Amino acid sequence: MRTEHQSLIFELSKPGRVGYSIPELDVPEVNVESIIPSDYLRTEEADLPEVSELQIVRHYTALSNRNHGVDSGFYPLGSCTMKYNPKINEDVARFPGFAHIHPLQDEETVQGAMEMMYRLQTSLAEITGMDEVTLQPAAGAHGEWTGLMMIRAYHEANGDFNRTKVIVPDSAHGTNPASATVAGFESITVKSDERGLVDLEDLKRVVDQDVAALMLTNPNTLGLFEEHILEMAKIVHEAGGKLYYDGANANAILGFARPGDMGFDVVHLNLHKTFTGPHGGGGPGSGPVGVKADLIPYLPKPVLVKENDVYKFEYNRPQSIGRVKPFYGNFGINVRAFTYIMTMGPDGLHQVSENAVLNANYMMRRLEPHFDLPFTQHCKHEFVLSGRRQKKLGVRTLDIAKRLLDFGYHPPTIYFPLSVEEAIMIEPTETESKETLDEFIEKMIQISKEAEETPEIVQEAPHTTVVKRLDEATAARKPILKYSKQV
Amino acid sequence: MTFRYLPMTDQDKKEMLETIGIETTEDLFQDIPEEVRFKGRLQIEEALSEPELVKEMGRLAALNKNTKEYASFLGAGVYDHYTPSIVNHMLLRSEFYTAYTPYQPEISQGELQAIFEFQTMICELTGMDVANSSMYDGGTSLAEAGLLSAAQTRRKKIVVSKSVHPESRDVLKTYAKGQHLQVVEVEMEDGMTSINALRAEVDEETACVIVQYPNFFGQIEPLKEIEEIVHEAKGMFVVSSNPLALGALTPPGKFGADIVVGDAQPFGIAQGFGGPHCGYFAVTTKLMRKVPGRLVGQTLDEDGKRGFVLTLQAREQHIRRDKATSNICSNQALNALAASIAMTALGKQGVKEVAHQNIQKAHYAKKVLEEKGFKTAFTGPFFNEFVIELKCSAKEVNQKLLESGIIGGYDLGLSYSELKNHMLLAVTEMRTKEEIDQLANVLEGLACVQNISH
Repeated sequence: MRTEHQSLIFELSKPGRVGYSIPELDVPEVNVESIIPSDYLRTEEADLPEVSELQIVRHYTALSNRNHGVDSGFYPLGSCTMKYNPKINEDVARFPGFAHIHPLQDEETVQGAMEMMYRLQTSLAEITGMDEVTLQPAAGAHGEWTGLMMIRAYHEANGDFNRTKVIVPDSAHGTNPASATVAGFESITVKSDERGLVDLEDLKRVVDQDVAALMLTNPNTLGLFEEHILEMAKIVHEAGGKLYYDGANANAILGFARPGDMGFDVVHLNLHKTFTGPHGGGGPGSGPVGVKADLIPYLPKPVLVKENDVYKFEYNRPQSIGRVKPFYGNFGINVRAFTYIMTMGPDGLHQVSENAVLNANYMMRRLEPHFDLPFTQHCKHEFVLSGRRQKKLGVRTLDIAKRLLDFGYHPPTIYFPLSVEEAIMIEPTETESKETLDEFIEKMIQISKEAEETPEIVQEAPHTTVVKRLDEATAARKPILKYSKQV
Repeated sequence: MTFRYLPMTDQDKKEMLETIGIETTEDLFQDIPEEVRFKGRLQIEEALSEPELVKEMGRLAALNKNTKEYASFLGAGVYDHYTPSIVNHMLLRSEFYTAYTPYQPEISQGELQAIFEFQTMICELTGMDVANSSMYDGGTSLAEAGLLSAAQTRRKKIVVSKSVHPESRDVLKTYAKGQHLQVVEVEMEDGMTSINALRAEVDEETACVIVQYPNFFGQIEPLKEIEEIVHEAKGMFVVSSNPLALGALTPPGKFGADIVVGDAQPFGIAQGFGGPHCGYFAVTTKLMRKVPGRLVGQTLDEDGKRGFVLTLQAREQHIRRDKATSNICSNQALNALAASIAMTALGKQGVKEVAHQNIQKAHYAKKVLEEKGFKTAFTGPFFNEFVIELKCSAKEVNQKLLESGIIGGYDLGLSYSELKNHMLLAVTEMRTKEEIDQLANVLEGLACVQNISH
């Protein structure tokens, strides 16, 4: 990484420079003031940058050099499944027949795109054990909300208007309770037990006839499989509730277990995690939702169907929750995911989860002597260490994370789940080699020694990045959210 | 079978199992209860090699008629615009697209700075104080504006004009249902929000009024008059805008908009069958701490060097959980980057020139069609879209146009029962005079679209 100061693009701007090329206007020009009322014509130009093409290229190249992606190095960010993003996916998504088609073209002119979508949704239904899948939700949280809206529509169709509660475990992703709120529910927390799993007694306590659904990530955010899933399903179902599967951690179970077989009624997947849609610096994602047969009537509109080898969008769905997104979802991400599934096939996907889980367990056992491991059973695709031993030496988990930056790693997820003190959540994924894992492990061990012997090296980290630790408190107290020209 | 994305060798596996102290990987899955363990083989398609895969995906892609090969006059919220070559080159810098949310700012300065620049450019175009780092798309961004308005005003009624994109209104209705909010649609006059109907709907229960500018039919809504009505009732004024149009039009911020939303797709983002695109969300300073989604802020590091961080995170789901302003987590960061690069390439001069070319070409197309005897449906000022009346179904016309290498306009009868046999045509800077003339000639030649008065 380069360390010099990086100008904002606005600071490179000079009047008269351009970075674009379009043909001269080839139609007779009319006076714009004769066709648009003057109040509605901009008088002050939008102050966008004025820079040449090479300046733009240098600028964004320099910015990319100040950024770390999976291609730059190991990125064991727990719960985010930072696996390799295949290059072929990018090529395929840019085929003109996928990239340059309009969503409102006549269906006859986009049958290839619709076939791709149909084959993807069919594959995802099989992988999750569900009866039907919609590709519309744009991301995981959007899928959660879509699923909860369907569950609400289901209860209401049964004349059941009093189910106001959604139960989420204390280890759940923040999106779960937030999605419940947006869908109009109140979220109720269920506790975890000493083994990091949902406490069955507490679940029985909170489940009653007001419960609309239980949202569960399985394996959970501690990387542990909820072994009592069948009992949990029974408790929720007997009370008339539905079971929602947060698929953020599906990378652990492909071909080993299917949410549909565990009693889940609704599932979302994060195609940008498990199925290699690139994370894009924070998105776009894609969050398809799968449902069991009794929820099919409530799927968002339109529903993609196949009739006599012709693909059609079906709009006449009177019980549908309605539209959740314009058009048909993040199609470009879905193309990438389908390309990946076609690359791996059934055996490949099975091996993905097997290797992801083996990698995580290997790292966990090698790091166990050096860091506290609150939950000692085998993990699935990720595990959570606690930095409390190092904290006693004055070295916080944040410091450990920052020290990892010096070695060219993206740190694990930290301070999540909230239930673990000084949490360090590590997810290696299956695409990393044993050599990479070993090198990372050695650095973690080195940091644990530094915490004992030379804690200031860790506390003052990072030492090698383009900027040092940033003042986040001032950023929030006196927000500067856009560039303003110095007067 | 071996897979090119999976580096684990048999030897690696053996060593790792030994370290863990188990015999087989199956031991690691014993916590999955026997009854739910999947014992079969997934019934999905068999794996393909890379050349086979390219062939099969190429076959599917080739079944679609694309706008590189056809001259497209289809818009309705998604447009065929000039994308500078550098956009794709810069997007493919994999340090951007293989990164995730910039939670570790020291190694994410590139992404953070790019988003800070995006926020600035969106503010410039919309005339607003604060813009977030992106939303899923224009439709969900509009829906979230409705929710924010309701939360801010503690009112339950969302008033939306029928001249707002029908799919965005549908999304809004779904979101509103979740929050037990009422959505009231305002009738139109001459393809614009009826001011009288609006005045009749807006009252002390109104959380916000949502209009689109330019509206779904391309027409320029009278924001000035609408603003007075909504603010008099102390509701929020929400404007959904095509940001490219704002290169030529007075920004909604100048008309007192409280929230401006829309989709940055016209800037460097492929039509891509409707997604991923890039919603934006801009507000006045007053609403800064209520904005959904991520915000990037400028700050200093320990040495006093300028840097960027995610900020005001106390609004967000990972901190506030059920009290968050929205559930959004992953957004459309990479597409915001694409839009930034495109906005930068166009720059101050280009955004204006492209916007004006859209105005000129669309007006030329309308004139040519009128000269051929076609009736245009509405009379208001417009940006790059307008509506023509046909004598038969738009679907049939589009099939005929396709034979001449043209993707025709949007069949308005699909969304508006009163606009059966009406077609919404979009004319961007990508359409040449020759293509526009050809469109007019082909339409003229189709018996079903001859206007009787001609």
